[in-house]
Amino acid sequence: MDKLIVSPSPHIRSDAATAKIMGNVLIALLPAVIAATLLFGGRALILVGVCTGSAIIWERLCNLVMKRPDTTGDLSAAVTGMILALNIPRSLPYWMAVLGTFIAIVIVKQLFGGLGHNFANPAIVGRIVLFLSFPSAMTAWTDPMLQPEVYDATTTATPLVSKAASYSDLFLGTVRGCLGETCAFALLLGGMYLIAMKIISPATPIAFIGTVAAFSWLAGEDPLYQVLSGGLLLGALFMATDYVTTPVTTLGKIIFGLGCGLITCVIRFYGSYPEGVSFSILLMNIVTPYIDMLTETKPVGAKKKEKKDKKAKEAAA
Amino acid sequence: MHLNGISLKHNKRTADSATVPVPLPESVKLPMSQHMGAPCEPLVKAGDAVKVGQKIGDTDAFMSTPVHSSVSGIVTAVEDHLLANGKVCKAVVIESDGRQKMSDEIYRPVVNDRESFINAIRESGCCGLGGAGFPTHIKLRVDTDKTPVDSLVINAAECEPYITSDYRELIEAPEDVLDGIDKVMKYIGIAHAYICIEDNKPQAIEDMKRRTATRDDITVVKLKSSYPQGAEKVVAFSATGRIIGEGELPANKGIIVMNVSTAGFISRYLKTGIPLVERRLTLDGDAFGTPCNVKAPIGISVRKLIEFADGSVDDIAKLLAGGPMMGMCLYDFDAPITKTNNAILGMTEKWAVRNEAKTACIRCGRCVRACPLRLMPTEFEKAYEARDVERLRKLKIGLCMNCGSCSYVCPAKRNLAEINQLAKELAR
Repeated sequence: MDKLIVSPSPHIRSDAATAKIMGNVLIALLPAVIAATLLFGGRALILVGVCTGSAIIWERLCNLVMKRPDTTGDLSAAVTGMILALNIPRSLPYWMAVLGTFIAIVIVKQLFGGLGHNFANPAIVGRIVLFLSFPSAMTAWTDPMLQPEVYDATTTATPLVSKAASYSDLFLGTVRGCLGETCAFALLLGGMYLIAMKIISPATPIAFIGTVAAFSWLAGEDPLYQVLSGGLLLGALFMATDYVTTPVTTLGKIIFGLGCGLITCVIRFYGSYPEGVSFSILLMNIVTPYIDMLTETKPVGAKKKEKKDKKAKEAAA
Repeated sequence: MHLNGISLKHNKRTADSATVPVPLPESVKLPMSQHMGAPCEPLVKAGDAVKVGQKIGDTDAFMSTPVHSSVSGIVTAVEDHLLANGKVCKAVVIESDGRQKMSDEIYRPVVNDRESFINAIRESGCCGLGGAGFPTHIKLRVDTDKTPVDSLVINAAECEPYITSDYRELIEAPEDVLDGIDKVMKYIGIAHAYICIEDNKPQAIEDMKRRTATRDDITVVKLKSSYPQGAEKVVAFSATGRIIGEGELPANKGIIVMNVSTAGFISRYLKTGIPLVERRLTLDGDAFGTPCNVKAPIGISVRKLIEFADGSVDDIAKLLAGGPMMGMCLYDFDAPITKTNNAILGMTEKWAVRNEAKTACIRCGRCVRACPLRLMPTEFEKAYEARDVERLRKLKIGLCMNCGSCSYVCPAKRNLAEINQLAKELAR
């Protein structure tokens, strides 16, 4: 070498990378995608493909228009697209799905500065906008192809409303609902993978699910039924654990989960919507900066001098 | 209470390499500033004849130690020298006569009390050999009436990858280490010593445990191998459970932390009177054909050590003084070895150049969980970008030890440790 490289320490870096983290989330979503395909057929898989693909395309188009470097390689757009796909029913028209990813990627993520700068979870907002804009298409439930014999085909509602499904139906996902939310088994499998790989902290899902269970019990509802039905597991494991839009510290994550659980139950039991998971996460996304502010870590060995100084100043004034 | 740490690949492939002396160089360059504190004034001028151990630089400043010649020969120049930290100091260049004649100034120090012990340590030119290089006599000069010191923490954690020079001290000179500990305990009046060794050095732990089996006043502490276990605050906490707070020295909590090689040196100095003119270093890195531990005279040029370790300057892209986590980049193959160098790592382009683009922070919180002192590097970064000094102080930027763990774990490859240092200066 002609010249030696001079750079600040450290001179080694771990092999952790954003793309690797997002890749692991995609892997963790696979069981739910497979379950959706088995339960709702090929159209489910096509919807997953349409959402994921269009999300990536929207991201790339934004990069080009905004003259920014290509960020599709970090796989975060793919994750958003796939999560949104799991949040829509089987019969949703493709163009609506593409509109959903447009809202998620272009409006919620890129217009706010791209990955790391959005204040709300893109997939959540995508789902909510679709739900409010196309309420009938977003609640046009299809019976799963694999039906248990006792399945009540005359019910048009999801199990959250009918309260007629068995635990095993809910666990295996042989009920009506969005593509990825019905099969609790697949979601738990993916969630455990993320926890085992140390991608997510178990704090948020435990606080979220625990609060829903406790609130349900106090409200006289069946806690296990409430936990297994609706979008709770999908939301608690995959959306309330999004790094960007949730608190950084463990205490913050617990507060976030508690808040999500409370809002979910209030909407479910007392609101006019049957499901409140996505609204709860969005509302908690909005207060995340405040939770972060209140739950900053206490540095080891820090002196608590400032309070005294303040008091002294106030006294002097 | 628990201090966070990260796990690193140890790469201690020189652990079994016994220390070998390097051939005497034709010349040495001795900077007058080799560690924290005030630089020395040269006591010699070009043309003077000097011998090994002769004092060639000293100062009246409190926070300093003298510099001694590591060779016998003729002073060829007293010139300006650019230090790695960007400051300029004087350096004495000595051409060796190859005979290594000992100076008449060398005599076995007469030590019979605390004061004479501390003075002898000052005259030895001793500073912390672990890297930071705090003058040892200042560390020992703590007013034990005002701040009673009851614990001597011997730091043999050596948590940086590659480096094994402290380990070799434990293996090759355990008697010296124990004798040095005894002397410090005796003259400073410290009741208990803790020898702290990471559990990736089981042989050293076993050996020290065996040697201190009958001692009630020495505890061998087996530390978990976790970076930065060897940081002063961390090792002091691991040994004693005491937290050294903001703006405090270990002595404020009744602790003196001393590097294991420093303890060994103190023993040898008291026996022989030979000041700090040579030291052990680990030579490693993928650019070196023969990684090894060497004993080298202070002031020898790095180029000589590269040759000794079968490395070629043409292959080296990055030259580190110290470990890969906290080591400083050298920019000159002719830079001299100083008292605080515990390793020279020569790295090839393949190792040193990474094509990892810095991307946006995804708020994953890995840096916050990695920080041993529970600081929030991401918040430092935001506050630094906004030049918000008040916020930086509130976040306790002053506590950052620059261990580099935050940068290491960051998946977005952000230069958090670097920003921390800039922010620390801004908020000073």
